[in-house]
Amino acid sequence: MEYSSLQRQVAYMKKRLFDQGYLDEQFYQLEELQDEANPNFVEEVVTLFFRDSSRLMANIEQALEKCPQDFHRLDSFMHQLKGSTSSIGALRVKNECTQFREYCDEGNLDGCQRSFQKVKREHAVLKQKLKAYFQLLRQIGPTERATPPGG
Amino acid sequence: MANPSASTRTEAFPVGLRVLVVDDDPTWLKILEKMLRKCSYEVTTCGLARDALEMLRERKDHFDIVISDVNMPDMDGFKLLEHVGLEMDLPVIMMSIDGETSRVMKGVQHGACDYLLKPVRMKELRNIWQHVYRKKMHEVKEIEGHYINENIQIMKNGSDDFEDRHLFSGADINYVRKRKDGDNQEHSDQEFSDPATVKKARVIWSVDLHQKFVNAVNQIGFDKVGPKKILDLMNVPGLTRENVASHLQKYRLYLRRLQKQNEGGTFSGNMHSDFSCEDVTGNFDMHSSTQMQQNGASSKYTFTAQKIQAQEMFSDARADDFKSISSLQVTGSKQALVCDIPDSQKVISVSRLGVLLPSKDMMLGAGKKSLEPAISRQQSWSGGIPVMQFMQYPKHDHERCSLLEDYSCLPKPDQEHQVLYHLDTPPSVISLTCNTENDMSGLSEFKPVHTNHRSSHTKTASPLSCMTDTLSVQVDSGSSNTQDYGVAFE
Repeated sequence: MEYSSLQRQVAYMKKRLFDQGYLDEQFYQLEELQDEANPNFVEEVVTLFFRDSSRLMANIEQALEKCPQDFHRLDSFMHQLKGSTSSIGALRVKNECTQFREYCDEGNLDGCQRSFQKVKREHAVLKQKLKAYFQLLRQIGPTERATPPGG
Repeated sequence: MANPSASTRTEAFPVGLRVLVVDDDPTWLKILEKMLRKCSYEVTTCGLARDALEMLRERKDHFDIVISDVNMPDMDGFKLLEHVGLEMDLPVIMMSIDGETSRVMKGVQHGACDYLLKPVRMKELRNIWQHVYRKKMHEVKEIEGHYINENIQIMKNGSDDFEDRHLFSGADINYVRKRKDGDNQEHSDQEFSDPATVKKARVIWSVDLHQKFVNAVNQIGFDKVGPKKILDLMNVPGLTRENVASHLQKYRLYLRRLQKQNEGGTFSGNMHSDFSCEDVTGNFDMHSSTQMQQNGASSKYTFTAQKIQAQEMFSDARADDFKSISSLQVTGSKQALVCDIPDSQKVISVSRLGVLLPSKDMMLGAGKKSLEPAISRQQSWSGGIPVMQFMQYPKHDHERCSLLEDYSCLPKPDQEHQVLYHLDTPPSVISLTCNTENDMSGLSEFKPVHTNHRSSHTKTASPLSCMTDTLSVQVDSGSSNTQDYGVAFE
């Protein structure tokens, strides 16, 4: 089967996302769920994720400002965020979340602050990359969108 | 979300399995929904635990299984788990990103039939139907085990009239019926002697027995306690170490819960005090003693009766061959308990709950009557109430059945009956002692009578009719606190 240049680009982009650890296996799972009934499933889920995670991160930001010593609360928020990242396989973001929670366990506020910045950064980067990815994907067109597994 | 009823299911199980998914994470909710749909299940999603509970309470028979995340904003997932297990007796699967052993253990302790780690894979969801199936099989086996045991007794007495046919009816236990339909004594004998089924006979934890158990535990010292030690101290013939071990586990759970409650705050005297009964949680073995417990939050236990009929055998003292069967018909969709007494044949149909197994001692020997009710059901309570159980003294020759329950049966589905018990202490055990003597003289009404407790209970339900001459209820209180119990049958 011959892939158009666009398809190859998309495949390459996806491969990079995986190789660089931005995404993990869960993302494949989402792709497998995509079907005729839900042709844009993956993009919809990703969009949902970024919307919800932004909300969660705003909560954390606020908590760090207003009640920084409440590590239990911070941990609880981050737990939620972590759970959310696992839904789309946002590996790097998830790892930063884990780190943050470790700092919470230690009661290390400074660590938490730094860690949270990392979370935010990874979150933003992933958002950008996936946005580009889906844009490219849309250019290919629905019929050709059946991405070859593994890229 | 559309929530089709069971009647629209035409394909073979597990297609169309009705799943309720509860998760506050919208992304996961969407993914899980898609995954379950792909498994050909019927999915309803819910973002809040309270909404889920409401949905479950309203549409009781609309779901087969519940999947819930552990961390919910409005209610602890474990609490939801308990509620669902107690009120609806549906299998519940927990999910979490946290796979720590302690958490998983807690899930199992609270009655989860499985604990999935996020990210959840579709193949894990594909298999969830087994939990529904297993539960059904378990229920059937309990009832079957009961009757097989009973039949052994009957057989032993050489009663030729015994009709297996009448034992069971009801679609839910078809497979049991198939086994019995042969109605060939030899054939039945074979089945009866099948060790696998006979093994299902359980120890009945009567009031006395439990008291012995508690005494033993206290004597040994709760910290140093162990099944072997307890067993030795109790010195009850026929009791096995396993019996004690499982009872001990339940007892521990119960105490732990009590502890938490006592720390947790005041007990509100209203009807919506939470109730958790370890005996009801998921496992309705009749052999566990009923303990009344209380929780802090509100709970309602709805009576879900299913069309499983069990049979209760009576034998008339005067006529060895004569058997009478009490029956209590329980209809499925409305939690209704109808006392139906055709002539002298009464069949107790029960749903769900563990079944009382007659001990070998309770025999239809020389003119004795044995009351072997099979009761299983869930009840609706707001507030704490002991689980209704029939209990028997395993070693007494004379029949004494202790009915641990408020056996108010409801003839009409839409009646709501409230029974309030004020008990001095939990765990209180309400035991109903029926002296089943001689004749089947009429049906005496059963009314629970509370002694030693200030009780302001109003019992409006129609009583269970059973063939007993005298009924007396004793309320036995162990170490318990005052509380209000409300029972609401919806």
